[in-house]
Amino acid sequence: MTQPAQTDPEVEGTKAALPDAAATTRKGSETIYFALRNPKVVGALIVVLGFLALGIFAPFFIDHRPTAYVGPPVQPPGGEWPLGTTLFGQDIFAQFVAGLRSTYLVGVLGGAVAAAIGMTVGFVAGYRGGWIDELLNMLTNIVLVIPGFVVLIVINAYLGTRSVPMQALYIGIFSWPWVARAVRSQTLTLRNRDFVDLAKLSGSSTGSIIRREVAPNMYSYLFMTFVLLFGGAILMAASLDFIGLGPTDAMSLGLMMNQAAQNSALHLGMWWWFVPPGLGITTIVGALYIMNVGLDEVFNPKLRET
Amino acid sequence: MATYLIRKLLIYALTFVVAVSINWAIPRMMPGDPVTRLIARANLSHPEAVEPMRNYYEAVFGLDLPLWQQYFNYWGALFRGEMGISVWLFPSEVSEVIWNAVPFTLALMLPAILLSWLVGNKVGALAARSKWLDNTVLPIGYLLTATPYMWIAILLAWFLGIVMGWFPVAGGYDFGLIPMWSWEFVVNLATHWFLPFLSLFLVALGGWAIGMRNVIIYELEADYANYLEALGAPRRLVRRYAYRNALLPQITGLALQLGTVLGGALVTEVVFAYPGLGYLILNAINNQDLFLLQGALLFVVVGVLIANFIIDLLYIVVDPRTRTGLQGGTS
Repeated sequence: MTQPAQTDPEVEGTKAALPDAAATTRKGSETIYFALRNPKVVGALIVVLGFLALGIFAPFFIDHRPTAYVGPPVQPPGGEWPLGTTLFGQDIFAQFVAGLRSTYLVGVLGGAVAAAIGMTVGFVAGYRGGWIDELLNMLTNIVLVIPGFVVLIVINAYLGTRSVPMQALYIGIFSWPWVARAVRSQTLTLRNRDFVDLAKLSGSSTGSIIRREVAPNMYSYLFMTFVLLFGGAILMAASLDFIGLGPTDAMSLGLMMNQAAQNSALHLGMWWWFVPPGLGITTIVGALYIMNVGLDEVFNPKLRET
Repeated sequence: MATYLIRKLLIYALTFVVAVSINWAIPRMMPGDPVTRLIARANLSHPEAVEPMRNYYEAVFGLDLPLWQQYFNYWGALFRGEMGISVWLFPSEVSEVIWNAVPFTLALMLPAILLSWLVGNKVGALAARSKWLDNTVLPIGYLLTATPYMWIAILLAWFLGIVMGWFPVAGGYDFGLIPMWSWEFVVNLATHWFLPFLSLFLVALGGWAIGMRNVIIYELEADYANYLEALGAPRRLVRRYAYRNALLPQITGLALQLGTVLGGALVTEVVFAYPGLGYLILNAINNQDLFLLQGALLFVVVGVLIANFIIDLLYIVVDPRTRTGLQGGTS
């Protein structure tokens, strides 16, 4: 659901080196070498991993629940409360780090579900062709045109209890179509290569040809796709949480913004209540997008010189 | 061209059927039934009144019929333009409530989508040309696309609305005014419109600029561009061809992004309490107004389908391949 045209699918996969074991490991270490020399990738990784570490470890050093009323209300950031307190005296820093956890969880799960569906549909449609392709294409087009976010609103609204994994699952179910399209068009270009024909002649099954011959040539592209889906899922979850359809049993960054807006933090000038959660999301998702640009330069030597 | 159109129309028809079916099925599949909710809301003091009331409601909503019959009844009512009565705004008709909200959402979305697309493409094309512009456009663009819609809306409302006091931060117009075509009312309407519009415009802008920049750079490396340059064609001409070619994927992108921008518009309306469809949907959820929610969802789906169809028609005008029947790439 994010930038479908951000990386060009045609550029990748044209190298199409024969994937034998030695070559792949050499290529792997080479990729890591170039990735670690790319300032965009390194910088973005530091940001993403830094926030992840904060989300994982910081809650262990906080001895109260993020929703507990622990301090004096309306405290600006500083001293005892690093990010201040809410209108009700809740610790905003505790909420922020707990929110980071759900943000990453929703991103990874939602991205994984969308990637799994999109790649399966794309591979099968592109490789098998014929009426299966037609059918899957139609399915892709249908899901593409349905405004997923609105359906998500309706589904979420009717759910009794809402949890982060369920939310991620639903987000994943509605954000795969552009992946399927891109993977399909890539598979089409790979389908008639010699090494695929060779595998076909040697009697490999469709599944193993896709897994062993076609997919390895697209690993870089698939990885970048996942990075984009990860960011997209985070943004969508934040929007759902903000309109009050977030998890009922957890804290999230979107929920923090929802509570801030609901309790007129804007009119009270309590900027420390609504700035950190939005800034957190923007920084993480922005870092993911920039990592994508960097990875593009790593995987695509043509872009590397500049 | 005919096959292209027929193909597209078939997909739209199928999408419509699927959307209506989802719309019909979701409330019936989810735990908790609306009748029980309604009865709970009625706060009956006599327990024996529950049973007749349940029967009454089930008959009213047609929930006592077999499922397949309910499904076809739903379609029938739909074609008669009946969407039921709103629970939240009882006794208004759902269709009437929705029609009152639609102009606000359209006034927000149409300019935001079109302007951000036009400006974003221009900026992106310029960025592909100059190094320093590229170095500023790219980071700002990524930052903007990574920003959640509601956050930028909240920041704008807080800074331009409350701190600077330049714009009102809630509603479609001042509550003291009566809607009419007077100068005062239109100005008031415009000041309420500006901030939600600006936040939508800004978030969408970044994506278009980046997309255009990437496609243009790719086009400038293409064979035809190299060939033209080798022939000694002026750089301006090469860039103009590249721009024309780059617009095609951007139009496809426009169709793809419609749903996303729509989601953004709904969330933005919630921030500004702007009386459009998004605000309506939120109120429908909060008041468990099933019919209003279904109606709004259906309306949004139909809107997106129509918009997509218009983009498809536009594609025929812009891309000659669709006219000659040669299906280009993956459509």
